[in-house]
Amino acid sequence: MNACLPDIRSAVRIDCQGLGSLIAAIRRRGYQVIGPHLQDGAISYGPIQEIEDLPIGWTAEQGPAFYRLQRRSDSAMFQYAAGPKSLKDFIHPSEIRLFSAVREEGAFRILPNSDPAPRYAFLGVRACELAAAGIQDRVLLEGRYSDPIYRARRGNSIIIAVQCSAPSEVCFCTSMGTGPRAEAGFDLALTELIGPGSHEFVVEVGTQLGAELLSEIEFSDASPDLRNQAQAATQAAAASIQRRLDTNGLREVLRDNFDHPHWDDVAQRCLACGNCTQVCPTCFCVNVEDSTDVAGQTAERWRRWDSCYSLAFTYIHGGSVRVSTKSRYRQWLTHKLSYWHDQFASSGCVGCGRCIAWCPAGIDLTQEVAAIRAATNQTEGTK
Amino acid sequence: MSVPLHTDLSDPMLPVAVRIASVARETHDTCTLVTEPVDSGGLPAFQPGQFSMLYSYGVGEVPISVSGDPGVPDRLVYTIRSVGAVSGALVNRSPGDTISMRGPFGSPWPVEAARGRDVLLVAGGIGLAPLRPVIYHILRHRADYGRFTILYGARSPKELLFTKELKAWSAAPDTQVLTTVDTGGASWRGHVGVVTKFFRFVKLRPQQTVAMTCGPEIMMRFVMRELDAQKVADENIYLSMELNMKCAVGFCGHCQMGPYFLCKDGPVFRYAEMRRWMGGRHEL
Repeated sequence: MNACLPDIRSAVRIDCQGLGSLIAAIRRRGYQVIGPHLQDGAISYGPIQEIEDLPIGWTAEQGPAFYRLQRRSDSAMFQYAAGPKSLKDFIHPSEIRLFSAVREEGAFRILPNSDPAPRYAFLGVRACELAAAGIQDRVLLEGRYSDPIYRARRGNSIIIAVQCSAPSEVCFCTSMGTGPRAEAGFDLALTELIGPGSHEFVVEVGTQLGAELLSEIEFSDASPDLRNQAQAATQAAAASIQRRLDTNGLREVLRDNFDHPHWDDVAQRCLACGNCTQVCPTCFCVNVEDSTDVAGQTAERWRRWDSCYSLAFTYIHGGSVRVSTKSRYRQWLTHKLSYWHDQFASSGCVGCGRCIAWCPAGIDLTQEVAAIRAATNQTEGTK
Repeated sequence: MSVPLHTDLSDPMLPVAVRIASVARETHDTCTLVTEPVDSGGLPAFQPGQFSMLYSYGVGEVPISVSGDPGVPDRLVYTIRSVGAVSGALVNRSPGDTISMRGPFGSPWPVEAARGRDVLLVAGGIGLAPLRPVIYHILRHRADYGRFTILYGARSPKELLFTKELKAWSAAPDTQVLTTVDTGGASWRGHVGVVTKFFRFVKLRPQQTVAMTCGPEIMMRFVMRELDAQKVADENIYLSMELNMKCAVGFCGHCQMGPYFLCKDGPVFRYAEMRRWMGGRHEL
């Protein structure tokens, strides 16, 4: 155990055993560690008790409508890109009871949901996911109203980031300016370095809490050479990202092309299944559902994730407003990349590529945007 | 003074209970509920144009505009047309029943900005209810406003709301109330046709007119066309917009239209803000 407290913004070195001790130290503080593990044929976020729960020696290959686990030749723990789940699944949960109500003397009494907010420690969070949480903060915390569920869970959480050194084919964080290196928003950030006979982590200290956690485990100084290796790993990752989204003037391009014929083209392929909205780490839309027990003595209100791809999403008396798949895809993409700027002063996209990998039709928003842009430039050229 | 029961800002999704003081049947499918506080606490003040989320126990919650007089404290009045499960449950309430509410929410009609100017209201169907607080306000402060014109259309005579009040309002000084129905009947002696046909008879002073309109979107589009033709400036035209709302605080995402959340940026918008997003589009 190290008696000293490392400085914030400094970097130290730990090995695999140190990582195990870090998980134990976090758990001792009463946090539930949520980290990457194998689930349903993917590397997903779930409860981590010990280092063996991590996907040791696994990676994943990703592409449009494609996600496959693959064995690695080493025992790497963090060499893969974002899986289907994100922090959203935990801090903006897919379903939660808002209140219950009981009948009482001809009236009823409302009982707020008093369940204590879970204390999560997220392990393995990538730069794009931190950016996504920052975007959700602006939506759910920083407006005129703030969501108490999100506020409690987000405020309670510890974040152990991992600097991404293995982006996938669907990643385009470099276009969105969100990665692959995380600069802030974490308590600790690990860079996993694997060499012949070595498996170690450079740990950047982001907060006082991160420093205190480190002080409870064995660490050593990170040599300049090791720090350079860590820097080089994310630089190589950035250089390896091929996919591009041209964000230049994108807000206006989508806003001004409401009637573009390419929306019909996408609509031929889009199934309106809503997968993209479920895996998107920034999509925040929810439904509010009321129900009673059979006897009508207690009622409940639940909040559940919703999707702008569903017909019911825009239902008002008389029918739905966005009837066609075309109008719903257009709403999703234009909201994400254009209206989001008006509403929350940033893009709603972090370039994680989840919507590309998990779309059953392999619709790739970077290509759809490029198609709209290309045809727009053409029309402008002929004017 | 009583402490207003504002929706708890630390949990804007948590409703407060209110008691139904009285129920007035307006038409075959529309009732006006007067709500009062259940205990010694008061009810929040509202501004004309704002709405509340009303909850019928176990059935659900819907956005309903306040239709009462802003000058009467501790009573929030809602005129509700039964068009679905929740609105149906609400209009079937009896005096003494408890419902619950969150709000009031949203942007108001520009009653202050319209001071000193002519005011034109154009309402269709249940759209008269969200405008009624404006009427109460202007008639109470009649000298503060110029010419006052109310154009109101309904589908048929039996759908007309507030018929006694319409008569009383038309008797107010320098106030014109014109009512029309799409389909009359043998006994109907009034105007027949869409509300926009009144623009042929009404003499507006476009430079000094503030127009406010609420009704079916198709009606509002044609009202915009008439006001354009009359050269009323976009920034002096206000509309109240409606889409599905599940939260009223910008979290559920349902009521988005272009860059706006109708719940927190609206429901009342200037046409100058809304023109781009509603003009001629079949779907939003």
